[in-house]
Amino acid sequence: MLTLEHVGKTYANGTVALHDFNLTVQPGTITSLVGPSGCGKSTVLRIISGLGHLSTGRLIWQDNQPLHRLAYVFQEAALMPWATVIDNVRLPLKLSGVPKRQALERVSEAIAQVGLEGFERVYPRELSGGMRMRVSIARALVTHPTILLMDEPFGALDEMTRGKLNQDLLTLQHQQQLTILFVTHSIYEAVYLAHRVVVMASQPGRVVADIAIDSPHPRDPDYRTSAQFNRYCREVSHCLSAAMGESLALAL
Amino acid sequence: MISPALKPPKTQPQWVQSLFSPDVLAPVIVGLLILIAWELGVRLTHTPPYLLPGPMLILQTLVKDWPQLFSSWLITLKIAFTALGCATVSGLLVAILFSQSKWIERSFFPYAVLLQTTPIVAVAPLIIIWLKNNTFAALVVCAWIVAFFPIVSNTVLGLNSTDPSLVNLFKLNRANRWQTLRYLRLPAGLPYFLAGLRISGGLALIGAVVAEFVAGTGGTQSGLAYQILMAGYNLQIPRMFAALVLITISGIGIFAALSALSHALLKNWHASAVRHEN
Repeated sequence: MLTLEHVGKTYANGTVALHDFNLTVQPGTITSLVGPSGCGKSTVLRIISGLGHLSTGRLIWQDNQPLHRLAYVFQEAALMPWATVIDNVRLPLKLSGVPKRQALERVSEAIAQVGLEGFERVYPRELSGGMRMRVSIARALVTHPTILLMDEPFGALDEMTRGKLNQDLLTLQHQQQLTILFVTHSIYEAVYLAHRVVVMASQPGRVVADIAIDSPHPRDPDYRTSAQFNRYCREVSHCLSAAMGESLALAL
Repeated sequence: MISPALKPPKTQPQWVQSLFSPDVLAPVIVGLLILIAWELGVRLTHTPPYLLPGPMLILQTLVKDWPQLFSSWLITLKIAFTALGCATVSGLLVAILFSQSKWIERSFFPYAVLLQTTPIVAVAPLIIIWLKNNTFAALVVCAWIVAFFPIVSNTVLGLNSTDPSLVNLFKLNRANRWQTLRYLRLPAGLPYFLAGLRISGGLALIGAVVAEFVAGTGGTQSGLAYQILMAGYNLQIPRMFAALVLITISGIGIFAALSALSHALLKNWHASAVRHEN
């Protein structure tokens, strides 16, 4: 559904964030981008979303729709502290002028999808970190996005909450056949969630491996302890350390 | 875990409870002790009232001279509130204008600072001469000059202190300028605006009194500063103190009212107004 061809990105100060970056995202799948910090994972999302511009190369949407509904989930929940859960989730619809009645229907649907029924009138400060992230995901889902970009969304959460949210994200993706591009620095999270893991290296940001995770999808927590899961994690880990060693050698 | 509907049990109305809270009781007791010490000190040392009147005498004077003092009080309050209203509206509009373009802010902000650094005592005579047909307007302009800057500088800061991720979210959803202002910048700037308003409330009152002092005793309708000046000339020191008491009460009242407004508007979400329980 989306292809990045030979994409390069150089910042004004001369830093090369991405060099000859190629990526194809298949509809209805989760693609994980994993790599060390500063390898340009977030830059890829910013370019796709239009928040950042590419210096060279092309960004191609296969279905040729002029306006893509893309939704972005940031590292932090980024909620409006002055607005209740319902108003936070409704924001994208309000900005695009969806009539209130229709918007509220979709809002309560999205709130139900992330399991926050009963918290509609609550302000963000009263919610835990995990619940704030759920609100953020509901705000993304409410627009029925054709692609969901997630930038290390669970990085700041504790292990238990993170596991639960991973599980719920898998269920949601399966139910609605969402297309998700998921940036993370956790190898385990990348393998557990994704149909495909794209491994990146830094300086300059580039793809070093593209590994299909051929385990049945969606997965249940037992998968985390399976031999197959461990094998994939090791493979990703090897690619990462090989790439990092290479960058290190280059730097030296 | 979370308790959105948790409220203290209602035995008495909340304001009755807060009246007996340590936050109110402690300063009231301190105030009473100081007044008693003052009264005792004046009586024991036989200080003549033209040097320092005791609180009881000031209170008696306040009651005795109430008709004149009250009408002067109203005039001063009218000047202060008109100036505060003008400063609020103009300050908010100017701040919004500044927030719309870095270039406008760059070009005009130094001139807003100029207003702040202008000594009001020095320019008040000029303004009074320029607006000699309308003393009231002249006094309002003086008080406005003093009250304007805190609102502008605080609100500009507030309008610009938006969460960068939220700014990106608005961009991604193709929000226009007006939507970004209405739904993001204004709510984010509200706590800063209210902080500026609280400062300006007191300043508007001071500005009004200072301007009245400069205008002197010539006006037909005159405020509390006129009463203080006249009382000074006539050595009616208790009356001077009574007028001062009224100014102080107005200042405290304005501050309390604006604090209450701030609390009411922010109590649901802002850290300054939310009760923290540890």
